[in-house]
Amino acid sequence: MDYKEIQALKAKFEEVPGTYLFNADRCRQGYWLNMFCSSMAKDENRKAFLADEQGYLDTRFPKLTSDQRRCVLERDWLGMIKNGANIYYMSKFGATLGRSFQYMAGEMTGQGQDNYRAMMMDGGRVVKGNQSKKDNKGKVLCVSNKSGKDFSKEG
Amino acid sequence: MAKITAGIGCSHVPAIGAAFDQGLTQDPYWSPLFAGYPGGQEWMRKHKPDVAIIVYNDHGSAITLENIPTFAIGVADEFQPADEGWGPRKVPVVKGHSALAWHLAETLIINEFDMCVMNKLDVDHGLTIPMNITCGVVDEWPFAVIPIAVNVVMFPVPSGDRCWRLGEIIRQAVEAFPEDLNVVVFGTGGMSHQIHGERSGMINSKFDRAFLDDLTRNPQRLRKIKHEEYVRDSGAEGIEMVMWMAMRGALGKNVREVYRHYHVPASNTAAALIIMETEDEKKAAKKAAAKKVVKKVVKKVVEKAKAVKKKAGSRVPVKVKAVTKKAVGKATGKARAITKKAVGKASGKVKAATKKAGKIVGRIKSAAKLVKSIAGKKKAKR
Repeated sequence: MDYKEIQALKAKFEEVPGTYLFNADRCRQGYWLNMFCSSMAKDENRKAFLADEQGYLDTRFPKLTSDQRRCVLERDWLGMIKNGANIYYMSKFGATLGRSFQYMAGEMTGQGQDNYRAMMMDGGRVVKGNQSKKDNKGKVLCVSNKSGKDFSKEG
Repeated sequence: MAKITAGIGCSHVPAIGAAFDQGLTQDPYWSPLFAGYPGGQEWMRKHKPDVAIIVYNDHGSAITLENIPTFAIGVADEFQPADEGWGPRKVPVVKGHSALAWHLAETLIINEFDMCVMNKLDVDHGLTIPMNITCGVVDEWPFAVIPIAVNVVMFPVPSGDRCWRLGEIIRQAVEAFPEDLNVVVFGTGGMSHQIHGERSGMINSKFDRAFLDDLTRNPQRLRKIKHEEYVRDSGAEGIEMVMWMAMRGALGKNVREVYRHYHVPASNTAAALIIMETEDEKKAAKKAAAKKVVKKVVKKVVEKAKAVKKKAGSRVPVKVKAVTKKAVGKATGKARAITKKAVGKASGKVKAATKKAGKIVGRIKSAAKLVKSIAGKKKAKR
């Protein structure tokens, strides 16, 4: 595969809606953000961060961009992903705050955890209409597999 | 000699670990998933492997972005549970098998799989949850473990076909190892799931079931699944299924499925447990020969039946047609059942099965005679 073909392959993945494949570009973009998340896998760091969030970021991760920093402080989970975070690293930060994968998914999808969980209990999100940005103008359907109910809004 | 006797495909959802650790397995949310695990655990207790080669992925726990090996192998005597942000899971230390692990590393590298050799490796939920699922909650793990970590976090990740070939070399290495060891191979992760972005929660049971079926029916199809297909159709994190391909590649040609459980959801994920046993090659060859013979006989029976039907069909009144149909249907059905049975029981009984199938041909002949005579009588009446 030459340079152009590799770029074309990467572009193909970007055609999938609501998906930010953790590729080399995002790995480079999100390196310090992910390294911050990674640091949360140590108890002493968790304690230090929770005691002084801004101070921890200033001294340990000065290379975070201002938007990455904002996302961390505001718990903007989808924002972190868009800034190059990888979900597995992000989960270390989530765990530090007592947040599960399911909670973060509820936040990233904008559905809220309870509503998202109900969709999962109803067979999960449908495939049809969610395979290409062309399917639904880039929007992701929140329809469940089993009953076909729309779980896009809470309640 | 060491031998690979079985392969296990198993999801490794963190929430399953949390349910184990917090004693929630009988909770209404979790019980339908956990109901499928005692069967697998019973199989494991009976199978008594000495070593499990566990093809899994680290989730940024022990392997961070500082160093990203595509394929890594743990060669240490033991592996500690990793801290994933909640503190390490309170599961037993995972014991290694250093001698076999080093032999695997050597064989893989000599065969052009450039492994990263890990003398220190903390193991995360990707490895310990499949162990809980197949062993339950235990004080000590019942077998030694060789972790093989695959990068499925940062793209490009290795293809399913590449993982399959890794599995083939794993098999070659195990079979060349002089110690008598009962070895099983795990492929972990999957099945369909996405856990990032707005598309989180996508589940594709059709994809999953076809994948599970084809592990035994048509594994060559699975080798060809591209990354784009995994991501688009099974969710971005469904790509973990490439690790199942390493497991399947290590089992060789002849396998049979002995256990399967599939459930949606486990938190964000479709979860599965499948167990396949490998078959002795000589036994498998005998079986294949038996299958061939019986297939031939069945073909003959069916052809005969069709001929009878055709012959009778053109000149026989409706009632007689029904009789013929019934007779033919019964006969071919029986022949098929015999084939199935014969193949299941392997070689020795083929002759008997062939004989029985021959008898059925006889029965069809007599059915045909009956049809003819009825038809004849009807004609005479007219």
